Amino acid sequence: MSTSELAPALAREEAADPFGIAGETFTSRLLLGTGGVPSLETLEAAVRASGTQLVTVALRRVEASSSASMLEVLDRCGVRLLPNTAGCRTAREAVLTARLAREAFGTPWVKLEVIGDEHTLLPDAVELLDAAEQLVADGFTVLAYTTDDPILGRRLADAGCAAVMPLGSPIGSGLGIRNPHNIALLREGVDVPVVLDAGIGTASDAALAMELGCDAVLLASAVTRARDPERMALAMRQAVEGGRLAKLAGRIPRRWHAEASTSFEGLPEL
Amino acid sequence: MQITVNGEDTELAEDATVADLVATRRGGHDRVAVALNGDVVPRSSWPATRLSPGDTLEVLAPTAGG
Repeated sequence: MSTSELAPALAREEAADPFGIAGETFTSRLLLGTGGVPSLETLEAAVRASGTQLVTVALRRVEASSSASMLEVLDRCGVRLLPNTAGCRTAREAVLTARLAREAFGTPWVKLEVIGDEHTLLPDAVELLDAAEQLVADGFTVLAYTTDDPILGRRLADAGCAAVMPLGSPIGSGLGIRNPHNIALLREGVDVPVVLDAGIGTASDAALAMELGCDAVLLASAVTRARDPERMALAMRQAVEGGRLAKLAGRIPRRWHAEASTSFEGLPEL
Repeated sequence: MQITVNGEDTELAEDATVADLVATRRGGHDRVAVALNGDVVPRSSWPATRLSPGDTLEVLAPTAGG
């Protein structure tokens, strides 16, 4: 097969490499958060450039919420909405927020977030697992934002979460993936999709997440707070696709010493 | 009667329902959710749910978020 035939064949294979959560299929492995977006025009440009099909939104008191036209933009882009429980500190708050989101958005899907404090925004493992169990029992499709602890990831999957979403580093920090080993271990330990969520700073972080075996990447600030959000959204899309391809292709092992790519056999004595 | 809406004291007619309140507070939003004293009030129950003095309501709408 010539190179010109191989590329379309691979492209077809990619199209046949769907990403599923709770029976829903997505061709894009990039989930986009809307937090931090400077304008609706920027939001629309970034969503379209990213190719995302799943976008997170939040609920706030009506006086403090975005204009109603944000949802018009997202509806126009044809993306599915994923409400979150951002800002909740206890299982009780998170469960009530998820129920309110189900009422407002008409979806049982929820990105479950239960944070321990406002400085780190790190998940509170105890409250998170409690909330996950309650929401699964109540019929929710729970995508759980969690630490990169492989054991907690397994507990969340065992509790019935539809996806486990470990952080690379704290929300909005842009510090990338601080413990790649844990992310790979967590991926190995669960049968549900793993979505790297939080900490992504730039395209190489998103590619690494996919190379580590994650099924998808969720990011917000890295795009919405970039100097050029639309261009960064495209960069993230290509990074996720590249990282996924590299994972499927199988990387070479790391070696301490060089291994010649040009044979020494037949080397002339000059 | 006086109730608390989104953290603020609010004066309402004695026979006011959740639907009446939402109509004045929804700010152009279609997708609104209401919690009354810590429990969700489904949209279908708004017209029949009468408010009582001292009730605490949260009226929420979609916003941008990670």
